[in-house]
Amino acid sequence: MSKRVLLGILLACGLTAPALAQEPKTGGVINAVIQPEPPGLMLAMVQNGPVQMVAGNIFEGLLRYSPKLEPQPELAESWSVSDDAKTYTFKLRKGVTWHDGKPFTAADVLFSIEMLKQTHARARNNLVQVDKIEAPDDYTVVFTLKQPFGPFLGIFEVGSMPMVPKHLYEGTDFKTNPYNNAPIGTGPFMFKEWQKGSFIRLVKNPNYYEKGKPYLDEIYWQVIPDAAARSVAYETGKVDVLPGGSVENFDVPRLSKLKDTCVTGAGWEFFSPLAWLWLNNRQGPLADKRVRQAVMYAIDRDFAKDVIWNGLGKVATGPSASAIKYYTDDVPKYPYDPAKAKALLKEAGYKGEKIRLLPLAYGETWQRWGEAVKQNLQDVGMNIETIATDVAGGNQKIGDWDYDIAFTYLYQYGDPALGVGRNYVSSAIAKGQVFNNVEGYSNPEIDKLFADGAVATPDSKRKEIYEKAQKILVEDVPVAWMLELQFPTITRCKVKNLITTGIGVNDGFKDAWLDK
Amino acid sequence: MKQFWKSMLRSPSGVIGLIILVLAIAVAVFGPLLFPNSPWRMVQRPFLPPFTLSTVPLGTDALGRDVFAGMIFGARVSLLVGLVSTLVALIVGVPVGAMAGYFGGKVDDALMRFTEFFQTIPSFALAIVLVAILQPSIYSIVASIAVVSWPPVARLVRGEVLSLRTREYVQAAVVTGQSNTWIILREILPNALSPVIVLASLMVATAILLESSLAFLGLGDPNLISWGYMVGAGRTVIRQAWWITVFPGVAILISVLGLNLIGEGLNDALNPRLSREGR
Repeated sequence: MSKRVLLGILLACGLTAPALAQEPKTGGVINAVIQPEPPGLMLAMVQNGPVQMVAGNIFEGLLRYSPKLEPQPELAESWSVSDDAKTYTFKLRKGVTWHDGKPFTAADVLFSIEMLKQTHARARNNLVQVDKIEAPDDYTVVFTLKQPFGPFLGIFEVGSMPMVPKHLYEGTDFKTNPYNNAPIGTGPFMFKEWQKGSFIRLVKNPNYYEKGKPYLDEIYWQVIPDAAARSVAYETGKVDVLPGGSVENFDVPRLSKLKDTCVTGAGWEFFSPLAWLWLNNRQGPLADKRVRQAVMYAIDRDFAKDVIWNGLGKVATGPSASAIKYYTDDVPKYPYDPAKAKALLKEAGYKGEKIRLLPLAYGETWQRWGEAVKQNLQDVGMNIETIATDVAGGNQKIGDWDYDIAFTYLYQYGDPALGVGRNYVSSAIAKGQVFNNVEGYSNPEIDKLFADGAVATPDSKRKEIYEKAQKILVEDVPVAWMLELQFPTITRCKVKNLITTGIGVNDGFKDAWLDK
Repeated sequence: MKQFWKSMLRSPSGVIGLIILVLAIAVAVFGPLLFPNSPWRMVQRPFLPPFTLSTVPLGTDALGRDVFAGMIFGARVSLLVGLVSTLVALIVGVPVGAMAGYFGGKVDDALMRFTEFFQTIPSFALAIVLVAILQPSIYSIVASIAVVSWPPVARLVRGEVLSLRTREYVQAAVVTGQSNTWIILREILPNALSPVIVLASLMVATAILLESSLAFLGLGDPNLISWGYMVGAGRTVIRQAWWITVFPGVAILISVLGLNLIGEGLNDALNPRLSREGR
């Protein structure tokens, strides 16, 4: 059969019976874009987006998460929770080896957690409720909590808690350990080489514990610094995978229309990036709740979604993204209504005081968004002055509370106790940081709700608490929620099964295969 | 003066340049009156090609903003930056050059070393650094363009003053006991002015280009639309929407060309040797 006929048949199959599961094929090399070039690959030490994306295939966590954020086995093959919700017992998978051949055991888990407490700020924070961790045998790990902590099963993803080889790191200076440059994990792919400024090469782990996986032989992560050049690299066939955020949004529709190209917004459920405007609640016109509500009414968020983000994403309804647990849309609504915004401003006695707007210096999309929001706010009579700044300068201004309105987007990590509360409780007001309660909102009721919600049992109780918190927050508008962002992943359609979990490309190459 | 206009109008390039400049100034002054809406306003669907709707003749940009309105308002910013920064550069450069040339000796040495200090740094790089440090705003842009463009003025004026310094009428003025300031202002500078005027017209053109380049790199005033900003913002979508970059680009080209033609015309008109040839 000629190649063309075969291709025709394959295409016909693909078109007529997309639901038909195909048998994965083994072999093949994939070129993917990594943007920007990661500062390192030792996931326990650095956790920037691109680090997670590459190193998520080298390292593994105890659990993975489905797109619905349900825990799934990874290095732990099963787990159980005691009736008082304070003891979590994990059974580890047997026969797992590190890339250097040494077996993976419970001792590695205990060591990893000790190490992460020193090197990984978010992991340290996630483990605050843990009283002690024990390993009764080589394949069992028991976590005992100080008090029940609802989101506990949500902290074991590879980026939040990567497993590190004890035999290579114990007793060494973590920062200067030579294995930071050639990381050893348990994952489906092994680090092979890194030509700085050019590519990172991972090769198949032949001894991977899941028989038959991974299907691919090699992954090349190509480093291409210019956004336009990344699109061209895809068009010319140099790369087959453009992970979310690696091309500018306005290129997405054009690339999507190319032959044999598949686009998906899935694979970001665990992070659920939510974009909002910090509103400085401390001073100036925005200290007035009515002015903050006016901001919500004044901004055409559908326009932002359709035009600036090319229809990707979702208009946010409140502090939680819709994939986050206990999300509710039963909250006060703020449709685009300039007349109402004007009325609220008038009622609040706003007299045209100057309001400074800090856009996010993350490229064209964010710049355009800043301009559109400025125009929306000016249309209802607000006197907006845009402050031009770079990323570092913007972070400094936001951390010093030296702004009136500022763009941002943050990850939410699946549970309101892990990724939402930190932006609204008054204990998280700390000058100099940019991911906490930057707006200076302080409401004892909200503080109590988030404190109770983290440790309440059972689930229905947590749900009730967090739904109440969402209603209060949306009424008060401490920040102006904009969009649930979606970073589309663009691939050739022959790349199959790349995105199967809630963290998408970050651990997706384990299951991915190439249809030749 | 009449003589000047006569010779200016005799040079075709000068005439064309003048027409372009007058038109550009007219657009900058009166254009915004015809477009009461802000050029930042999103008026139509994004990426509307030009010549499809009469309300947005040159199409819309990535946010649905009117490209034509942007060009009209951009003219104001570009010309203003060009003229004001040149004026500032003259205010700094002329006295420095005049003093260096007139007093000579150590004053000359000191002032010229100072000038050279600025000349050794590539001007565009210096402008970028200054704007980045001062944060982009119309003031910092004008200031940084002025800072990088005054040294040539100083050197030119110094050269002229050096040669005029030895003329008999200047020496006569010195002998009659007039003050140095008076001599520089009344006797020397008026006679050194014609090459400075020619240079200034070219400097305006350079300043417009500099401002456009800064805005292109994202270092424009974020609150003001300018041609360079439009080109820079449209650059990344040039494959989908050529018109966003092409029209403001053409506007920059024409106005810079116009200023250069004026410079040439002025040179013809003010150069005694050239202008007398025609008689």
